[in-house]
Amino acid sequence: MNARKHSRRVAWPRRMVHLILIVLALVFLTLFLLLPLATVFVEAFRQGIGPYLEAIKEPEALSAIQLTLLVAAIAVPMNVVFGVAAAWAMTRFEFRGKALLGAFIDLPFSVSPVVSGLVYVLLFGAQGWFGPWLDHHGIKIIFAVPGLVLATMFVTLPFVARELIPLMQSQGSEEEEAARVLGASGWQMFFRVTLPNIRWALLYGVLLCNARAMGEFGAVSVVSGHIRGLTTTMPLEVEMRYNEYEYVGAFAVASLLALLALVTLAVKTLLEWRYGDEIAAHAPGGH
Amino acid sequence: MRRRVLPGFGLSFGYAVAYLGLIVLLPLAALAWKASGIGFEGLVRLLSAPRTLAALRLSVGGAVVAALINVVIGLLVGWVLVRYRFPGRRLFDALVDLPFALPTAVAGIALTTLYASNGWLGRWLEPLGIKVAYTPLGVFVAMVFVGFPFVVRTLQPVLSALERDVEEAAESLGAQRWQTFFRVILPMLAPALLTGFALALARAVGEYGSVIFIAGNIPMRSEIAPLLIVQKLEQFDVAGAAALGVAMLLLSFGLLVLVSLLQRWSQRWAERAA
Amino acid sequence: MLELSRLHRRFAGFQALDDVSLDIAPGEFLALLGPSGSGKTTLLRILAGLDYPDSGSVLRNGDDFLATPARERRIGMVFQHYALFRHLTVIENIAFGLRVRPWRSRPSRSEIRARVDRLLRRVQLDGLGTRYPTQLSGGQRQRVALARALAVEPDMLLLDEPFGALDAQVRVALRRWLRELHEELGLTSIFVTHDQEEALELADRVAVMNKGRIEQVGPPEVIYQQPATPFVCEFIGKVNRFSVRRHAGGFAAAGWMPEGDPWQGRFTEAVAYVRPEQLRLATPSSLPAWQAHLRHIYLAGGVAHLDLHVASLDLALEADVASEDLSRFGLQLGMELRVAPRSVVMFPLDGKGEPLSEERWIWHARSPVPA
Repeated sequence: MNARKHSRRVAWPRRMVHLILIVLALVFLTLFLLLPLATVFVEAFRQGIGPYLEAIKEPEALSAIQLTLLVAAIAVPMNVVFGVAAAWAMTRFEFRGKALLGAFIDLPFSVSPVVSGLVYVLLFGAQGWFGPWLDHHGIKIIFAVPGLVLATMFVTLPFVARELIPLMQSQGSEEEEAARVLGASGWQMFFRVTLPNIRWALLYGVLLCNARAMGEFGAVSVVSGHIRGLTTTMPLEVEMRYNEYEYVGAFAVASLLALLALVTLAVKTLLEWRYGDEIAAHAPGGH
Repeated sequence: MRRRVLPGFGLSFGYAVAYLGLIVLLPLAALAWKASGIGFEGLVRLLSAPRTLAALRLSVGGAVVAALINVVIGLLVGWVLVRYRFPGRRLFDALVDLPFALPTAVAGIALTTLYASNGWLGRWLEPLGIKVAYTPLGVFVAMVFVGFPFVVRTLQPVLSALERDVEEAAESLGAQRWQTFFRVILPMLAPALLTGFALALARAVGEYGSVIFIAGNIPMRSEIAPLLIVQKLEQFDVAGAAALGVAMLLLSFGLLVLVSLLQRWSQRWAERAA
Repeated sequence: MLELSRLHRRFAGFQALDDVSLDIAPGEFLALLGPSGSGKTTLLRILAGLDYPDSGSVLRNGDDFLATPARERRIGMVFQHYALFRHLTVIENIAFGLRVRPWRSRPSRSEIRARVDRLLRRVQLDGLGTRYPTQLSGGQRQRVALARALAVEPDMLLLDEPFGALDAQVRVALRRWLRELHEELGLTSIFVTHDQEEALELADRVAVMNKGRIEQVGPPEVIYQQPATPFVCEFIGKVNRFSVRRHAGGFAAAGWMPEGDPWQGRFTEAVAYVRPEQLRLATPSSLPAWQAHLRHIYLAGGVAHLDLHVASLDLALEADVASEDLSRFGLQLGMELRVAPRSVVMFPLDGKGEPLSEERWIWHARSPVPA
């Protein structure tokens, strides 16, 4: 837009207003967003680089990192497959109950993280629906890794589907129909036409899904049981260390998560800038 | 049944529904089932307990206030980022999404440290008599933080699509700048602001991770509803936790329905004005 | 031979195809012509295997064509917006149909390459093979779509509004080129269009569609000169409409009266159509004619469009004459002219005022005196 030209034309009182508004916005963004981010790193390195590395190399920290990666490595691909399947069904076919399906896909966004964890406790916990049966067969879900994975899947379920649905809706099905008429089989059509057309949006969805999966706290905290070295993911390790007044340790692990957030933001910005029209307009993600 | 031209309806639809059923619907059914275990009287007793009421009031009231604050600040930030050009604009624009990307536990401990009496901000605010950390005010701050991107991100596309000529027309008709803003621009932004408000609200009502560190969790004062659920679970009061969970679920659905009604109304109103 | 019979297709709230039957001969160039929503695209999509009728059948040489999946129909389709694969280059787009074949029937790499090169030359795009669709103009994209469709060596070519997205100049050039290509290849080609000029110029046969029905099928000149229904009269070309009533001496509209009554007194009223070039402007006083007032002259190159007003009918008429005739007849604004049709298509109205297509009457002036 020609905002620059515009502001050159306007009289000085209005330019003063512009300046005041800009300064106000930037002060707010700095105090409110930049400062907390800076705090994480400053606190992590408060006692220098040695203790920082020490805190990260502790076995609990390492096992928390491992567990976080494991949980994300299961939950994200599951939700990618779901997202692609749901988007394909929602955008390529007409069926009754489509709006309802769409509403259910968005549902996890409007559920409190704590409730997201709670529902699995009620399903698989000692007093849950399947609790006695699981107990009898010696299967542990709650206070174990499967529970962490399930809660994470619940919370991150909408991300991929939500990126893909508006894009595939706007792309329409003509290219896929063309592929069919040219003799492509279903999978050939999918891998050669559909997938290449949605790749950037898919990557975008995976990025957001992954950031959430690795950083989830509320839902995971309910099903984890906080068993050190076994069921603590990185955010839970941060909480436990913080509550034990181990500030450097807590902020050291937190700094890794903050780094992940920064990388996510950077790649996200890059994707929007480079492939904006192939990602399509989207509503901001929830929770 | 009609033959479908593109393949994979059965597979994709079946998989999506089965997955959704197992991951979302079955657990929610368990929630409803367990909650019904305490009966209607039990539910009333639970919800009318002073501590529950105080927690719900803080979660809902705090979320409403935080979302309102976000509408004002979001409007300012969105406007500045779309309308003005200044060095570092892209960087600040990317920064807006930080609350989405930063894990809530990290945000929680960072905000607490920042606003504690020896923190960077706390040490300036405390002498002025403003205590943030471990008070309801801290709860608001955390809720504003997590809901912040919603208003900005829903507003930005609408703002950049806003035709400049409407404003110029208003000014050519003799309207002052502030009149143009309040009579022309703001009504056109109203639906987007409401959407942003709704999203920020829904997020803040159920927020847990970023709030519990800064809240101090003093019963009757700075204790939020999700924390109460966690405590009930720790005391093995599963039915109570479930009942409170259902109450929160219904509350957030109710708010969402209310806001979507408001939104439809304001959209109609904006269309009629256009 | 392709036989379509009694096809019906209903979408939520409207009938896209309503009892459509049509035979398509091998090697013919057929146009499906109609306004939007007339069902022409639905018919094309059914032939392509991208949609299915609710009832009715399509037979190819006696075999059930509908039971054949889209990918086995040996069809080349050019989509309205071309549907080029945006992530593939021109060469990869054209080769797509060959590369997705099962390996037993897939041509070798070098053969695919050679065939693509041949097609690139044929559609005059040599040198552009490594571009992406977004780097091409509309006309170039259309030719890539055509080459892609031809690469699989189809038995039938289907084109959905092939010139719809192009500007006027490119459109006419591509039209001629497509006609030549059709004659060279001898493929059965079917195209959908809402542009009557395009249909009349290109096709061997035109099927005019309206509200899910085929109103008339025939060669372009028959469609133009002997329209079967009031819809075809009004949709194809320009036309003047007026009504005629039966009096003691036969049918008449003010001063003009056609001789005879093919309906033998069964109808009292009819709707009549005359084309602008079928109006005689200086009718001898021995023949019945209308007194018309010349209101405007629009000169459009070789043709002049005249705006006439017949006071006795309170009817605005449009007449077309060659530009040189303006001076030949000394035509001037405000002149009074004796105007009479040379050829009229009439449909009688039934008791409810509905025109009856099956009772069409095409009337010609008996002595074709030069205008």
